[in-house]
Parts: sequence; structure tokens; C-alpha cells
Amino acid sequence: MQSAVIVFPGSNCDRDMAVALETVSGKKPHMVWHGDSELPAGLDVIAIPGGFSYGDYLRSGAMASRSNIIKPVVEAARRGVRILGVCNGFQILTETGLLPGALMRNSDIHFVCKDADLDVTNNDTIFTSGYTKNAAISIPVAHHDGNFFADKDTLDRLESENRVAFRYRSDINGSSRNIAGIINEAGNVLGMMPHPERAIDQKHGGTDGLPLFESLLR
Amino acid sequence: MKVRIFVTLKDGVLDPQGKAIHHALESLDFSGVNDVRAGKLIELDVDPSVSREEIDRMCDKLLANTVIENYEIELPETASGTVS
Repeated sequence: MQSAVIVFPGSNCDRDMAVALETVSGKKPHMVWHGDSELPAGLDVIAIPGGFSYGDYLRSGAMASRSNIIKPVVEAARRGVRILGVCNGFQILTETGLLPGALMRNSDIHFVCKDADLDVTNNDTIFTSGYTKNAAISIPVAHHDGNFFADKDTLDRLESENRVAFRYRSDINGSSRNIAGIINEAGNVLGMMPHPERAIDQKHGGTDGLPLFESLLR
Repeated sequence: MKVRIFVTLKDGVLDPQGKAIHHALESLDFSGVNDVRAGKLIELDVDPSVSREEIDRMCDKLLANTVIENYEIELPETASGTVS
């Protein structure tokens, strides 16, 4: 599995993401700078990491989603390359329009930083096949703008098309219907607020993120 | 010319920041405030050749996220009325 991690000014989970991808695939990911206009050839997976790209100016993910590298990322998504956006990466994917909805300020205003209990709502995706259905897992979250919002029609469509991949087991940020992660219509783009790359080593508190990366290898 | 763009959250979209401001006003003993919605003001200094349609496009492509936000464009008043 050949992968790439996109690095923006202000990304801070890019190295953790690279470690997670290398741990499961045995191959070092390409680290691709936001200013580049081309992706390396032959990518299977592109990860858009967490952080505070461009200092969250204007809106979280807004500036990053207009940077040079996003055009080839969108083209790769259309070709079926797997795209994983975590935290700020999820915000960037909604800002590009690859995923619906928006991530707004947490409903109680506070930055939330803790282990979040999640349900694997759909394990029939290329990102979640390594989990059992409705598995209860614990994955760290760390965000200020994680409150997933979409209009009712969009939410109904996401649910009826089984595109909710993860749900919070309790309300931690005000997200509509406790949605923590969604996939696109074609099923090759996943955006999620929790950080699976921070849960791949028992020494760091848990390995519930590992099946997600292993799923990508299948 | 100076163009002012007001970006506000759509009706029905929860505004946690507005709520916090509302709460703070109440804690300062101001009464009679029924609701608070917070938004953004973006000022552009643009060439007179820039059309209203071009500014609309700027709003749609970057300045506002129309999934959650509305925008209003305020053009400068001139002797002949509002520039369009």
C-alpha cells in the first residue's frame, strides 16, 4: 500500500499519521507539501492529517481546502484513491465539498480533548472492515470545531445510504445525530473527528485505531 | 473602492458563540436581549473594475461557507447611488 500524507503549515498530526500508515503497510508514506501541484504516482491512500492548518483562519480548513495540492487530491478522489481525513482533515474535506456538511464550533464552546467512546456504525466500508459491526471503541479526540452540522435532508440521506461510519456514544460536541465520521457516496473518502492514528500502540493508551489502518490493507 | 461583506450563520444553525455572548450580557445585568447571533465582517479594497458578480463569486468560493452561512455585500454609496 503506497500512501501519502499532505502537510500544511499548522498540521500537527502528520508525523503520527505517517507512523500509523508505515506501521501497517511497512512502507514509508510520501510527505507531500501543500504548495505542491502534483501527487506522487501510484498512491493507494492519501491522508489529510489533523492540526490547525493556516491557523484556522477564516474557518477551520477553509484556506487549506483552496491550496495547490487540493486540486490533484480531488482528482485522485474521483479516480477512487482512498482519502482519509482526520480532525482538521475532516474539516478540509467538507470545505472542498468531497464530503457534505460542515464542522462548527463545539456546542459548549470548549475545546474537547479526551478519549471518546464511539460506535462503529458501519463496518462495511474500506476503512472500517477490520471492526465488528457496532463495535464499541475508544479513540482520542482533540478539537474545538467538531460539531458536525448538515441540513435534515443531508442527514437523512447519510443515514439511509449507510454513510455514517462512526458515532459518538454520548454527545461530546453537539454533532447532529452524534455523527463522528462519514464517508462519501462512492465510499472511498472518510472524514472523522477522532484520531485513530493516536490509538495504534498500547503504550499510548490503546490500539482501537489500528483496525482502521489494517482495513485499508485489505 | 471599499466593499463590506457581512457573513452570518443561517437561521436554524446553532451559534454557540452568540449564545455565550448572550449569557455574558445577562451576567453583566443587561436585560431585554432576546437573542445574539455573531458573524464576521470582511472588508475588501477592490479596483472599481471589479464587478458585483465577481464579488459574489469570491463569497461563494471562499469568504462564506454557504452550507452554514449567508453573506451580504455592501457596496459604497456614490453620487449616482450604489455602485453595481
